[in-house]
Amino acid sequence: METVLAAPLEIGFDYTRSLGPVLGRFMTGLRDRRVLGSRTADGRIHVPPLEYDPVTHAPVTELVDVQPTGTVVSWTWTDRPLDGQPLDRPFGWALIRLDGADTALLHAVDAGSRDRMHTGMRVHIRWSSSPHGHIRDIECFAPGETAAAPAESGGDPVTIMTTPIRLAYTHTTSPEEGRYLRELAEGRLLGQRCPVCRKVYVPPRVCPADGVPTEEEVAVSEHGTVTTFCVVNVPFAGQRLEPPYVVAQILLDGADMPIPHLILGLPADEVRMGMRVAAVWRDRAEWTTSPTNIAHFLPTGEPDAPYESYEDHL
Amino acid sequence: MSETVAVIGFAQAANRPSAGTTSGVETLVPVFQEALQSAGLGRREVDFWCSGSSDYLAGRAFSFVNAVDAIGAFPPISESHVEMDAAWAFYEAYVKILAGEAETALVYGFGKSSAGLLRRVLALQLDPYVTAPLWPDSVSVAALQARLALDAGIVTERAMAEVAARSRADATTNPYAQVSGPADPEYLLAGPYVADPLRRHDCAPVSDGAAALVLAGGERARRHRERPAWITGVAHRIDPQGLGERDLTAVPSASAAAEAAGLPDDLDVAELHAPFTHQELLLRAALGLGDRVRINPSGGALCGNPMFSAGLARIGMAAEQVMTGRARKAAGHATSGPALQQNLICVLEAES
Amino acid sequence: MRRAAVLGTGQTHHRTRRTDVSMAGLCREAIDRALEDAGVDWPDIDAVVLGKAPDLFEGVMMPELFLADALGASGRPLLRVHTAGSVGGATAIVATSLVRAGVHRRVLAVAFEKQSESNAMWALSVQPPFTAPIGAGAGGYFAPHIRSYIRRSHAPGHIGALVAVKDRRNGALNPYAHLRQPDITVESVQASPMLWDPVRYDETCPSSDGACAVVIGDQEAAEASERPVAWIRATAMRTEPTFFAGKDHVNPRAGAEASHALWHAAGITDPFEQVDVAEIYVPFSWFEPMWLENLGFAEAGHGWKLTESGETRIGGRLPVNPSGGVLCSNPIGASGMLRFAEAAMQVMGRAGDHQVAGARTALGHAYGGGSQFFSMWVVSDTAPASA
Repeated sequence: METVLAAPLEIGFDYTRSLGPVLGRFMTGLRDRRVLGSRTADGRIHVPPLEYDPVTHAPVTELVDVQPTGTVVSWTWTDRPLDGQPLDRPFGWALIRLDGADTALLHAVDAGSRDRMHTGMRVHIRWSSSPHGHIRDIECFAPGETAAAPAESGGDPVTIMTTPIRLAYTHTTSPEEGRYLRELAEGRLLGQRCPVCRKVYVPPRVCPADGVPTEEEVAVSEHGTVTTFCVVNVPFAGQRLEPPYVVAQILLDGADMPIPHLILGLPADEVRMGMRVAAVWRDRAEWTTSPTNIAHFLPTGEPDAPYESYEDHL
Repeated sequence: MSETVAVIGFAQAANRPSAGTTSGVETLVPVFQEALQSAGLGRREVDFWCSGSSDYLAGRAFSFVNAVDAIGAFPPISESHVEMDAAWAFYEAYVKILAGEAETALVYGFGKSSAGLLRRVLALQLDPYVTAPLWPDSVSVAALQARLALDAGIVTERAMAEVAARSRADATTNPYAQVSGPADPEYLLAGPYVADPLRRHDCAPVSDGAAALVLAGGERARRHRERPAWITGVAHRIDPQGLGERDLTAVPSASAAAEAAGLPDDLDVAELHAPFTHQELLLRAALGLGDRVRINPSGGALCGNPMFSAGLARIGMAAEQVMTGRARKAAGHATSGPALQQNLICVLEAES
Repeated sequence: MRRAAVLGTGQTHHRTRRTDVSMAGLCREAIDRALEDAGVDWPDIDAVVLGKAPDLFEGVMMPELFLADALGASGRPLLRVHTAGSVGGATAIVATSLVRAGVHRRVLAVAFEKQSESNAMWALSVQPPFTAPIGAGAGGYFAPHIRSYIRRSHAPGHIGALVAVKDRRNGALNPYAHLRQPDITVESVQASPMLWDPVRYDETCPSSDGACAVVIGDQEAAEASERPVAWIRATAMRTEPTFFAGKDHVNPRAGAEASHALWHAAGITDPFEQVDVAEIYVPFSWFEPMWLENLGFAEAGHGWKLTESGETRIGGRLPVNPSGGVLCSNPIGASGMLRFAEAAMQVMGRAGDHQVAGARTALGHAYGGGSQFFSMWVVSDTAPASA
């Protein structure tokens, strides 16, 4: 069996979290080197704070100060920290009940070595040098009782926190798609016919109408017909081309389902439904196992295809 | 309307460290065929399809949309999806049949756990304001739970190693298992910690896979399968997430689900979805399972844990025990969320 | 089949950025209103069903897990539904099935989207390797199909603007709507920038933070209600693949088959005559005539004539989206449930300034993905005949 193709997929965004009244006060407190807990109707003090009382379901309104020192309730040890974790050297994770609180907070403990970690150990907050209203204003916890005093109030209440989320994946194709991509790297468009409905798909895939893999290989032309299109005039996040540009559905000769692609090389307002187009390939030296080998499509100058020839593909 | 519903077919893909596409489509096609064949049901005879998966496993929005291709969904079908383990899709399908809105259903779960760094991806299940920004990985979170159970004297590292050894030995007869083989608890205990007090053997492997299960209402079930696995009770509950809020050594949502599902005292077999050894021990206590109950003859999630189908697979393998006559009464369990936050129990019996 | 009814609905004020609330706060704003509207309290709720579109929008994997406590779901069953844009409708339907199956007496269904936590356009344009980077954006996916509709139906070019004017003016009657534009005109819509030709800026939905909740009860719960309820006469869901050879993007068969099944189950033989008001998922104004045809309110190619003749305005024979619809508020995961809830509000007589006089039977409709996931329900002010 042919090996599948795989490539990295990275996603990243700095999420902006609006906090609301309870978490906003909690984060404002952290910025000012204070830890606030929320008091529920049963008198218990929760750190991290609860926004709603789990018993009465009412919004929690009362927040009270707790101590920057506390006791480890449970712990584990990390020899090889992962990207984004509080410390980049071996550290302990711990559930820590701060003095004055009834519940425990999860955070990192900079204990140096596993041997120093134990249930019941006393720890204190090590504050970040640049607090701004974020759970990471607590850089980590450290063994012992001494903690820095609260700072002067640092200004406006915190209402939003920013959280970067970066994840790395490996994206894997099917063997059929891999074969299509390898052909593409040779400048050829490979389709496959569904054994049940006999329709030709580019790229090859499991036939979405019949739920079986397409099998029989069919060469597909790089010429086709624009079935429909839109002119993109709007800029948006993640965009790769400067507007305006035309994105069209193109029914390649020999295929039974249109593919989306760009029509470039003529003014956007001259693109028409039924227009005949052909693929424009990048320089051969740039070809890889990627659909980007085809830069865009360009009109061939042939007469337009009659509407009846593509109306069932709209 | 059906007063009774049964499992009449099940199939799964082999659990492997890395297999299949990110979309899951190619993996699902043969699994569907096998499940339908075992149920004696044609693809077009399925009234309702329901799946479970996660966008964050694939790293892209709407990842489940592609999977519909594997069904061959034209002419159109009646279909739904939960962003949960497919055990909860099973529940949704069960309710549809009970409500009389369908007679038959195919439930499936899929996911390529190996596409990202799973234990880091799962940090995004935690509170996004106060916990997830620290990126606590799922193994460390489980380790905090294990430590509490150890400190409370509820489990021991030895008992945990015995769970691993038993699971691996049982998995030798499960061709779908990813991890199997004889193991001596003493030998396992000599290994290093991966997240103190958890060692490698205490943690489920990262598995790619998929599973599909076929359901049918009363008369339909009898028509298609000589010995259906009748669902005599199914229920699920969730606990608050806060790791420092709840007692991590008790699993109240599992106990409540078991009570609501009417988990019988004379159970023969239980397939528990415990991705960590200590979690099996916590679940046995929460569910009140005595020593007479055979636990995880498949080897359980410790021998293969394809995310978003492993819970459904527990129900499927419990149902197979009943359908093949190896058990009279069996239970399948599924869990979701950090440290056993959400739990589902399904009771399957040979008699309706 | 057992009967089920909507006992109450609630929704948030929808805005581009609801920076005053957390995700829990947003959900609770809708839930608390729904509980009050239904006249029930937390102990009355047996289960919670939560719907939401992609988790990448909020950057939380399965947010219902961390929200369980704030949603009042702790110790109860909690389901999380995700069926793309149709999810709000699908969530209400799952809750309905739970009641109809006799599993629960009262179920809380809630749907939300907090788009301002990230950027939906970014989340939707994550480009997997080995695919062509044809970035067209959300409107760019649907605009070519709108062009196909115009070509196929020979609809005049101003139909899209007529829908936009109607919906935005309707939105001005709805205190919760995100966009409220009482002074909008066909001329002002046509003067707005062309974003995805043939779709103009004023013909597209906004990006909103928002939530919606409904309480669904069984017959006994409905009969115990001191206020009018909305009886659920029928529900339907259908799915087809995103792309396949022969896909009709203008008049998708999944939508047509869902509506056939819906009308049949509801005992409706002539939807245009028998339905008093419709809340239809219209994220781009041209989808109003397209869905009128897909739903069987008009013959194929003739939907635009209902729009043009004013029949879809409040006061017309089939008012469509008196709430202002998705064109005025689009908290994606909640948008479908808003359609379902607004339909219920109409037959309960609780739609306020956008109430359609005498509304007794209403449609709630949602769709998602590449026009491939459809969910819909019909609600009435009287209980369906057969139980």
